[in-house]
Amino acid sequence: MKNKMIDISRKTGLLALAAAAAIGLPLLATPAGAAGDAVKPIQLDWSFEGVFGVYDRDALRRGYKVYKEVCAVCHSAELVRFRNLMEPGGPEFTEGQVKALAADIVVVDGPDDRGEMFERPGEPKDRFPSPYPNDQAAAAAMGAAAPDLSVIAKARPDGVNYLYSLLVGYTDAPEGFELLPGLSYNTYFPGHVLAMPRPLSDGQVEYEDGTPNTVEQMAKDVTHFLMWTAEPKLEQRHRLGFQVMIYLVLLSGFLWFAMRKVWSDQH
Amino acid sequence: MSHQSTYTPGNAFSRWMDERLPVMRLVNDSFVDYPVPKNLNYWWTFGAVLSFCLAVQIVTGIVLAMHYVPTTELAFASVEHIMRDVNYGWLIRYVHSNGASMFFIAVYIHMFRGLYYGSYKAPREVLWILGVLIYLLMMATAFFGYVLPWGQMSFWGATVITNLFGAIPLVGEALRTWLWGDFAVGDPTLNRFFSLHYLFPFLIAGVVVLHIWALHVTGQNNPAGIEVKDPKKDTVAFTPYATMKDAFGLAIFMILFSYFVFFNPNALGEPDNYIVADPLVTPAHIVPEWYLLPFYAILRAVPDKLGGVVLMFGAIAILFVLPWLDTSKVRSARFRPLFKQFFWIFVVACIGLGYCGGQSPDKILIAVGDGGFDVTDLSRILTIYYFAHFLILFPLLGLIEKPKPLPESIAASVLGSEPAKS
Repeated sequence: MKNKMIDISRKTGLLALAAAAAIGLPLLATPAGAAGDAVKPIQLDWSFEGVFGVYDRDALRRGYKVYKEVCAVCHSAELVRFRNLMEPGGPEFTEGQVKALAADIVVVDGPDDRGEMFERPGEPKDRFPSPYPNDQAAAAAMGAAAPDLSVIAKARPDGVNYLYSLLVGYTDAPEGFELLPGLSYNTYFPGHVLAMPRPLSDGQVEYEDGTPNTVEQMAKDVTHFLMWTAEPKLEQRHRLGFQVMIYLVLLSGFLWFAMRKVWSDQH
Repeated sequence: MSHQSTYTPGNAFSRWMDERLPVMRLVNDSFVDYPVPKNLNYWWTFGAVLSFCLAVQIVTGIVLAMHYVPTTELAFASVEHIMRDVNYGWLIRYVHSNGASMFFIAVYIHMFRGLYYGSYKAPREVLWILGVLIYLLMMATAFFGYVLPWGQMSFWGATVITNLFGAIPLVGEALRTWLWGDFAVGDPTLNRFFSLHYLFPFLIAGVVVLHIWALHVTGQNNPAGIEVKDPKKDTVAFTPYATMKDAFGLAIFMILFSYFVFFNPNALGEPDNYIVADPLVTPAHIVPEWYLLPFYAILRAVPDKLGGVVLMFGAIAILFVLPWLDTSKVRSARFRPLFKQFFWIFVVACIGLGYCGGQSPDKILIAVGDGGFDVTDLSRILTIYYFAHFLILFPLLGLIEKPKPLPESIAASVLGSEPAKS
């Protein structure tokens, strides 16, 4: 009996270690130094967080509109194609809608059989258009090339909360803070000074579903959309993950009893 | 504990085969009939977990290599192509990237288990050395692999690590250029790292075979740290006893693995690696993956670059001579009261070094006036302890410590016939 008790306490120890690893490793892996002088972003509840997290289709569709009308003026999102917009787990526009959205852009294709490049309307297979042909052109026009937004939600610490905070974090520089012309002050940007001017103002993007188009709402929607562009398979991942977990827990249970049975002649 | 083969071919075909290539005899003797000490606890299931990790990395890695493009222009985009367009590519890639971390969690537990129970001592020195060699190969493989997605941390990590070789006197510069294949980290570097990243796991697999061979010659160590006396009383057959226990341990480990893959796949990585490598923009803090952080802390603890490189590699090199630094005849820390305490201090020191490696070196931990006790100070103390643990405490403890009485036999330790329990 006593042996069994010791046995069990050792096992719980191992589980505790696994749990500690699950919780502690991300802490260890996060360079706290990277946060440095940065202000902790505003923490929001996002529908895609958690084990059963899914995207909010309406938020994705509104977010796409904000992206297209505001962000895409300066930023690219080269990894995203129009056809992604109709795939399951995303904004799930209809095929007709996606074809119409794609047809709005002009794509240079070719060479054709005479060796000439030609222009054609966009198709669902095409990538989101980039506002500038290359980074140098972007830098020449804007002073600095704006980063590609495809995976931006994963490319910053506390990604989505940071993006949201940045979008709503524009304020006047505090008294005595010297701000060079052409630059803006933002509470949440590391170092506070950035080249991107305040992108959103109340009522800027017309929402078709009647949602109030405040800065906060638009920031939330476009962040939601950018999380999807970064993790288009998130819903599939969560769904499969839940099934795998159920399977593994059951399997562990069966293996536990099978093992006890096998070892029973040794105790 | 190498034992006489008990294999008897059951049918005409296996008899025919046994006289030509006794592969079924080998499998039977190694994984079925093979006697293991009956007192092994769950810390001994990590050998199976590690074999699983290696297999997972090789299988997912081969599939990834079918879609990955090792050029600076296309590497990042090809990884994203895997994540977006390849069927279940996101799953394969996340299993592979998190699999590296899981592999290191398992190998660290496996190594600390070896330290705690004295598994490196005679007659298992070669077994231990082969293990350290595997660990070294794993670190090289992980480093090469981390460069492949060609994000900011990939590029700058590769730059920092390859620059270390530049610190070697006389030949350093030339060696570094030779490693790069260029005058900076670039296309030739990425291409050769991909080639080596594909090669090294098979070297690991080769050394694993030697590791298991050496294990089967000496037999397993065990929590009591005493040798098998009577195989009938002290051991059980590998199958079904150890196989079932390993299977259960592995299933639990897979739950942890799946948690990261499905619900927190980027927690162990750096956000900066989702930014395409840019040689003109240095990230604010260049940090390696978590499993290399303790060595990174040792590197930065030394004010002199060459000295830092020497100590960093020395921290791994010292593990090779461990069996000859320990003067105690008693293996298991269960019977070594002093060693046991220092073991846990060593664990804390290693975790502390890992913490230091992830922090900015001038971060103040305890403020005193304008300055104070910063991360560099802490890493220096911990680095000194790391080496002192092996170079001073290992020889010393064996001489001054009075070990507790050892159990008569493995069977006796399992049945609890020690005086305290009767």
